[in-house]
Amino acid sequence: MPETTRGRPIPIQMTVNGIQRAADVEPRTLLVHFLRETLGLTGTHVGCDTTQCGACTVHLDGRAVKSCTILAAQAQGGDVTTIEGLANASGLHPVQEGFRQEHGLQCGYCTPGMIMNAADLLQRNPHPTEDEIKHALQGNLCRCTGYVNIVKAVQWAAAQRGGGDVPR
Amino acid sequence: MTQHPHGTTGLIGASVPRVEDLALITGAGQYVDDIQLPGMLHMAVVRSPYPKARIRSIETAAARAMPGVAAVITSADLEGKLNVVAPPMFPGMQAPPTPALAAGMVYAVGAPIAAVVAATRTLAQDAANAVEVEYEPLPATVDVEVATAPGAAPVRDELQHNIVYTTVREGGDVDKAFGEAHHITRLRIQSPRQVVLAMEPRGLVAAPERPGQGLRVWISHQTPHLARSELAAELGYPEHLIHLSAPDVGGGFGSKSGIYREDLLACHLALKLDRPVKWVATRSEDFVATNQGRDQLMFSELALSQDGTMLGLKVKLLANMGAYLHFATAGPPQRMMGMAPGCYQIRNLRVEVSGVFTNTVSTGPYRGAGRPEAVLNIERLADLAARELGLDRIALRRKNFIRPDQFPYRTATGVEYDSGDYEKALDEALRLSGYDAMLRQRDERRARGELVGVGLCSFVEPSGGAFFESGSIRVEPSGAVTVLTGSSPHGQGLETTFAQVVGEKLGVPMDRISVRHGDTVAIQQGIGTFGSRSAIMGGGALVAAAEKVIDKAKRIAAHLLEAATEDIVLEDGAFAVAGVPNKAMTWAQISGAAHRGRIPADMEAGLQESATYDPRRESWGFGTHVALVSIETNTGELKIEKLVLVDDCGVLINPKIVEGQIHGGVAQGLGEALREHMRFDEDGQVLTGSLMDYAILRAADMPPLIMGETETPNPFNPLGVKGVGEAGANGAPPAVANAVMDALEPLGIRHVDMPYTAPKLWAAIRAAQGDQGA
Ligand code: FES
Ligand code: FES
Repeated sequence: MPETTRGRPIPIQMTVNGIQRAADVEPRTLLVHFLRETLGLTGTHVGCDTTQCGACTVHLDGRAVKSCTILAAQAQGGDVTTIEGLANASGLHPVQEGFRQEHGLQCGYCTPGMIMNAADLLQRNPHPTEDEIKHALQGNLCRCTGYVNIVKAVQWAAAQRGGGDVPR
Repeated sequence: MTQHPHGTTGLIGASVPRVEDLALITGAGQYVDDIQLPGMLHMAVVRSPYPKARIRSIETAAARAMPGVAAVITSADLEGKLNVVAPPMFPGMQAPPTPALAAGMVYAVGAPIAAVVAATRTLAQDAANAVEVEYEPLPATVDVEVATAPGAAPVRDELQHNIVYTTVREGGDVDKAFGEAHHITRLRIQSPRQVVLAMEPRGLVAAPERPGQGLRVWISHQTPHLARSELAAELGYPEHLIHLSAPDVGGGFGSKSGIYREDLLACHLALKLDRPVKWVATRSEDFVATNQGRDQLMFSELALSQDGTMLGLKVKLLANMGAYLHFATAGPPQRMMGMAPGCYQIRNLRVEVSGVFTNTVSTGPYRGAGRPEAVLNIERLADLAARELGLDRIALRRKNFIRPDQFPYRTATGVEYDSGDYEKALDEALRLSGYDAMLRQRDERRARGELVGVGLCSFVEPSGGAFFESGSIRVEPSGAVTVLTGSSPHGQGLETTFAQVVGEKLGVPMDRISVRHGDTVAIQQGIGTFGSRSAIMGGGALVAAAEKVIDKAKRIAAHLLEAATEDIVLEDGAFAVAGVPNKAMTWAQISGAAHRGRIPADMEAGLQESATYDPRRESWGFGTHVALVSIETNTGELKIEKLVLVDDCGVLINPKIVEGQIHGGVAQGLGEALREHMRFDEDGQVLTGSLMDYAILRAADMPPLIMGETETPNPFNPLGVKGVGEAGANGAPPAVANAVMDALEPLGIRHVDMPYTAPKLWAAIRAAQGDQGA
């Protein structure tokens, strides 16, 4: 922990991808910087400084949050899942697989945030309509794909999960 | 080439899933900001808040004294060294060097004034905030017409006038054509300035290698080899001692080419302090520190005969280049020189292009890089001409299209289009859109008082002409294949596309091929990815390298099989004497022999070949896009109800990747048509400096896309491919513009510039209704 001018480091601890993590951080440390810089979990990206782009989306206690918008200290005691923790022993999360199947990514920079947000959507609403998907992704910007295949990727995952028809 | 024109494995043309994706969907991508090195310092930059000002004083003592700060530098520390130098593209071009840190004067918001390095990102930012700069603000020039008016104040002290360059190209007899014309359609049209906004901001890490061994650079970049050359020249550091690579790159769209001031600063500080230095722009910083796009003002005249034949075209273009020129700033408007006539036979042309300095953020290539402006210009003219002559806009286009039998077609200004069938794309777009029915519905809705419009755009997309490209194919002793390409991608999926090309040519499955790129040590000299070039150029180089590898493999096979080389065929990934397939030799056997001395006495060991590709001509893709729009009369809100896209980019290597490129281009193009506009107030202050004020499209903003294609192979490319990366951004905005103007025609509105924001359309509607006494 480097020395700082802005307040004494404070101890925080949280569960990240199923592992207990503890560190002393400067009080103003954002959750995204804690994940990326303290824990080295660089799959969570930073795309803006005004809470607009969603590249930093992770799950905190089961809900999608923009990790650039909360302090690490606010996640104290929480349960965080990042893109690195989304796949499990049985393989990729269906949303991850959907992005691959439907060419839902190009440069990949927005992708972790998109996937985390979409996974949260399907958790709450396993069979969203196209409009519901687009609406749920309003807080995630992508400059490469025009969102067309991102929407298809989420639909692919939804179809998988419901055991219904997988498109194409 | 193999005996089978389409190779042995059918990979070319298949929508195989991308090999890039697994890492990127699991968070294992490696972008510049993901790089952490021991002892790494972080750089922050103090920037000018003024578009033009004299720097009275810079006070750095407080910043230097802050904890964790390793250095604070200003121009005084640089002694005139460290300048970004734009290559002069024309004799007499005014291209004063851009100091990495402003010396005495600043000429644009965001110009770096001091650089701070500290132990962490936040400490560096804290210290940058503690640097005190005293300015004397001066009147700024923002507008290109003001900047070029007689007696205009120079944008920079060292300028004689504010013209970067003026270049004219003329063909045919323009004055005669205009003298004989029945009608002249005139248009003043402005393409809105766009923020490139790759989701990953620009950034780099610079680290000194062991003493005397050079400088290691990781940079978010489209053209690593060009970056290294420019960096070496501008740092005054030996090129061969710079090891530069582009790791995963989170989008570029033209903006991540060339070297920027922060790149020089980070490298300089890393060498000076003998420590790794990282700089990654914040989003707000990226708005003012990265080249923006478009911002061309065009004055055009189209001369026509009574029957709608296009006789002549004059275009005068003023391109806003900002205050500081980067590597490619001067380039985009020159597209007009070759593209002004679009899809049409116009035998008399005059194009005059001027780059103009203003006290604004620099511009440069942005998806399309001059193509969308040229398409917008001619396609708006075509619609207006039809309207003014009382002709059908489709009939007018058909009448003037370059016909398929005229290719290769040389334009009046001497540019050669390779191939095309513009009517075929148009017909397909009309069919897919249900054009006639759409017009009927438009008329019915209009009769009910709705503002509804249908518009179309036929366009050309020149691609892949500049520079060469390189490719190497190394068949390893195991028979696995390593491919090295000079085309360094940033989202285009080239690892997949090129594995398909090489796999098909060699008959090797994709999982036995790895494609490497983006590293100046690992990869032979090469160029990179921009201008829709990579499939054409990188693909062309790899086909040539594959042919060489196959030739050599055949000679080895002939040696081992004791046959004549001419009798050896490559089939299903194995070499055999024609007609004797049971004695076929695999790539592993051939390559094993090549690496173990079982080769002819006069042959070099190994099985690796390199090639470069330089067709010295561009490929001319094309297409037609059709839009149906409606406008809410009371609010001015524009809705794109339908968008039909027919693109012809020759042979498709991976249709799904091509489709994705079109989607992305369309989304950026629609952003331009609907709302994206980087604005400065008249004093030069930035009005849209963050994502709070500058809106790109979100998921729900995308209209339904109906996609079609025609396929006209490029006769001059070994794969038959043409570029497609910019097609969506070229074709969609003019189609929407023409549809919006069609919707507003009943109100007598002739032209409104993009973007079509609700307030702008509302004002236009209100003004027109006032005129009509409504
Ligand atoms: S980085 Fe969190 S919303 Fe952009
Ligand atoms: S894939 Fe590049 S920003 Fe979304």
